[in-house]
Amino acid sequence: MKITLREAVRQTLAEEMRRDSRVFVLGEDVAAYGGTLQVTAGLFDEFGPDRVFDTPLSEVVITGAAIGSAMMGMRPVLEIMFADFIPLAFDQILNNAAKMCYAYDGEMSVPMVLRAPFGGGMRSGMHHCQNLEAMFAHVPGIKVVMPTTPEDAKGLLLAAIRDPNPVIYLEHKMLYGARGEVPDGDHVTPIGKAAIRREGRDLTIVACGALVGKALQAAKELEKTGVEAEVVDLRTISPLDKDTILDSVIKTSRLLVAHEACKTGGIGAEIAAIVAEHAIDALDAPIERVAAPDCPVPFSASLEDAFLPQPAQIVAQAKRMLGRRFA
Amino acid sequence: MEHLDTRDLLKLYEWMLLSRITEERMTDYHKHTPLPELPHAGIGQEAIAAGTVLDLRIDDQILPSLRTRGAFIFKGISSRTMMAGAFAKVTGAARGKNTSHHMGDPKVGVVAGSGVVAAHLPIAVGVALAAKLQKKDYVAVAYFGDGGSNRGDVHESMNMAAVMKLGVVFVCENNGYSISTPLDVHCAVRDIAVRAQGYGMPGVVVDGNDVLAVLAAAREAYARARAGEGPTLIECKTYRWLGHSERDPRDLRPAEEIAAWREKCPIKRLRDHLLSNGLADEATLDDIRAGVAAEVDDAIVFAEQSPLPPPEEAALHVYAEPRTDR
Ligand SMILES: Cc1ncc(C[n+]2csc(CCOP(=O)(O)OP(=O)(O)O)c2C)c(N)n1
Ligand SMILES: [Mg+2]
Repeated sequence: MKITLREAVRQTLAEEMRRDSRVFVLGEDVAAYGGTLQVTAGLFDEFGPDRVFDTPLSEVVITGAAIGSAMMGMRPVLEIMFADFIPLAFDQILNNAAKMCYAYDGEMSVPMVLRAPFGGGMRSGMHHCQNLEAMFAHVPGIKVVMPTTPEDAKGLLLAAIRDPNPVIYLEHKMLYGARGEVPDGDHVTPIGKAAIRREGRDLTIVACGALVGKALQAAKELEKTGVEAEVVDLRTISPLDKDTILDSVIKTSRLLVAHEACKTGGIGAEIAAIVAEHAIDALDAPIERVAAPDCPVPFSASLEDAFLPQPAQIVAQAKRMLGRRFA
Repeated sequence: MEHLDTRDLLKLYEWMLLSRITEERMTDYHKHTPLPELPHAGIGQEAIAAGTVLDLRIDDQILPSLRTRGAFIFKGISSRTMMAGAFAKVTGAARGKNTSHHMGDPKVGVVAGSGVVAAHLPIAVGVALAAKLQKKDYVAVAYFGDGGSNRGDVHESMNMAAVMKLGVVFVCENNGYSISTPLDVHCAVRDIAVRAQGYGMPGVVVDGNDVLAVLAAAREAYARARAGEGPTLIECKTYRWLGHSERDPRDLRPAEEIAAWREKCPIKRLRDHLLSNGLADEATLDDIRAGVAAEVDDAIVFAEQSPLPPPEEAALHVYAEPRTDR
C-alpha cells in the first residue's frame, strides 16, 4: 500500500517506540496537537504524555535536554518546528552534541535525532523556507540525512534513531505528500549511502531534497533529445557517499549538482571538490551547479518561483554541458 | 486619566476597529481565496497595540510580534501597504520580499521583526542602546507572547536592558497559549510579569482587554524609559478569539473558554464606556466604523489590483549600498 512521506515518518516513530522503550518524542506542539505539520499526529494517543510531550518554546533547552538525556541512555527524537530555528540551538549541536564523543575519547555517545521540516515552496518567507544542510554538514560529529521517498523516510529514520551519533533528519515540506510503497518490518536505509534513481550514460545529476524529483523531471525531458541522464539522490548529506558519486561520474564523464540551497558554500561545492580531487581525469566537461541564487528566500510567489531551482534550468544546463551533441 | 480627551478615546476606538476589521477581512478573504500571507489574527487582542502606541512619537520604535497587526498601522504604515503585503504584491512589504507580519519601515519607527519568535527582543535592546548613546529619549517597544517569553533571548534582553537602564518597554501579550500549548504546560508561573523582579525592573500585570489600563501602564513605562530609568515589563492578559493561524489542524481550546473571552471584547468595552459616559453617541461611533470599513475595502482593492513583484527582483538588495542618511 502506498503511503505519504509524512505517514511514513509517523508510522516509523510509532513502530520504533513500540520496539524500544527508550525512544521518546519531544518538541513544540507535538503531543495532542500532532505537530504544526501533523507529523506526530496520533502518537500522543498511543504513547501518552511521558513519551510524547509538548515543551516550552525554547529551542536551546529542548535541544540540550535531548542531548543530556541521550547521554544518559535515552533515545530522544526532537522536533524543531522549522529547520530555520535549528540555528537557535546550534551551539548545543555544534559545541555539545557533535563534540561529546571526541571529548570522551570515544567513551560517550549522543544517540539523538533532531527532525525538522525545511525548504521552500510554501510561500512562507525568509524565516521558514531555508535549506541549511550545508551548514550542518560542515560540523564533524553529526550526521545529516534528507529522505525524498516514503521508503527512505522510514529507512533513514530507523537508521537515525539506532545510530549512536546525533543525526539531523531533514524533511522537505513539499515532499510530505509524496506517496510510495514502504516495506514492512525492520527496513533500515544505511546512513551514508546514496541511491541511483535513474540510470544513464551521458551525465550524472547529483541532487538532494526537492531537487531529486526535479532532476528526474529534467531527465525525462532530456531523454526526448536522446540524452540519458543518471540521477543520484544523495539521501545522506553527511557523510557523503563518495563512492556512488565517483562511480557514476567516472561512468558518465559529466557532473551536474542540483540543490535548493543557495549556491555559495552549498553541498554542491563539496561534491564538486570531491570529484575534482578524485576523478578530474574522467570529466569531459566542467562541473556545473544548479542552485538557488545567493539571497534569502523571498516571500511573494513570483519571487520564490524565480528563486527556487526549476527542472528547466537543469535541462538547459545539461544541454550546455553536452553542447557538442546539440551543435 | 490625565491628558486623555475624548479625541484620544475616539482615536483608540477607531484604531481598534481598524485592526479588527482588517483582520476579519483578511481571514474571511482567506476562506475563499487563500492569501499568500497565512492570517494569524490577533482578533480580541486589539487593545494592546492601541493602548501602547497612542503615546508614541514618530521617532519611537516599535518591534511588533506576529499578533500585533494593529501596531503597524497605528504607528503609520498604511492599510494599503499592510494589505498589499498580505497579498504578497509589489506594493507591499519590501516589494514582496518580506511578509507584512514582519515588515519594517524606518520612516515611521517600525523595526522589522522575524519569523523566529521573540528574536526581535535583543534588537529592541540595541535600539534603546542607540538612543542612550545618541543622548536621545526615544523608546523601543517590543511585543512578544507568553510562548515567546520562554526563549533565552528574552532572558538575555531583559537582563541587559535592566542593568544598562535602557529604554525598552517589554509588552507581553499573554493570551494563554503558545499555538496549542496552554500556559500551565509551558510555564510554571501564572504571571510572566513576576520575572521582572529577577532582572531588577518593574513588572506590571494589566487587563489587556482594557485599552485604558494598557495606556496607563504604557504611559508610566515610557516616562521611565525617557527619563533614563530603564525598562519595564508590561504583561497584558488577553486572548485570541481565533486559532493560532488559519491553517490550524485543530483548536484544542475549550469552547466555553473561547465564548467567555468573546464576551470581554475590548472594542465593545470602550464603546460602552464612551456611550455610558456621554462621550460619544451611537451615530458618531457608527460613522467611525463606516470610515474604517471603507479604508479596509479600499486597501483590499488596492492589494488586488497591485501587480506581483517582477521575478528579476528576487536577488536584489541582499547587500546595502553605501549611503549618507543612515
Ligand atoms: C523560535 C521559534 N520557535 C517556534 C516557532 C513557531 N511558532 C510560531 S508562533 C508560535 C507560538 C507563539 O506563541 P506566543 O509567543 O504565546 O504568541 P501567540 O501566537 O500566542 O500570540 C510558535 C511555536 C517560531 N516561529 N519561532
Ligand atoms: Mg500566546
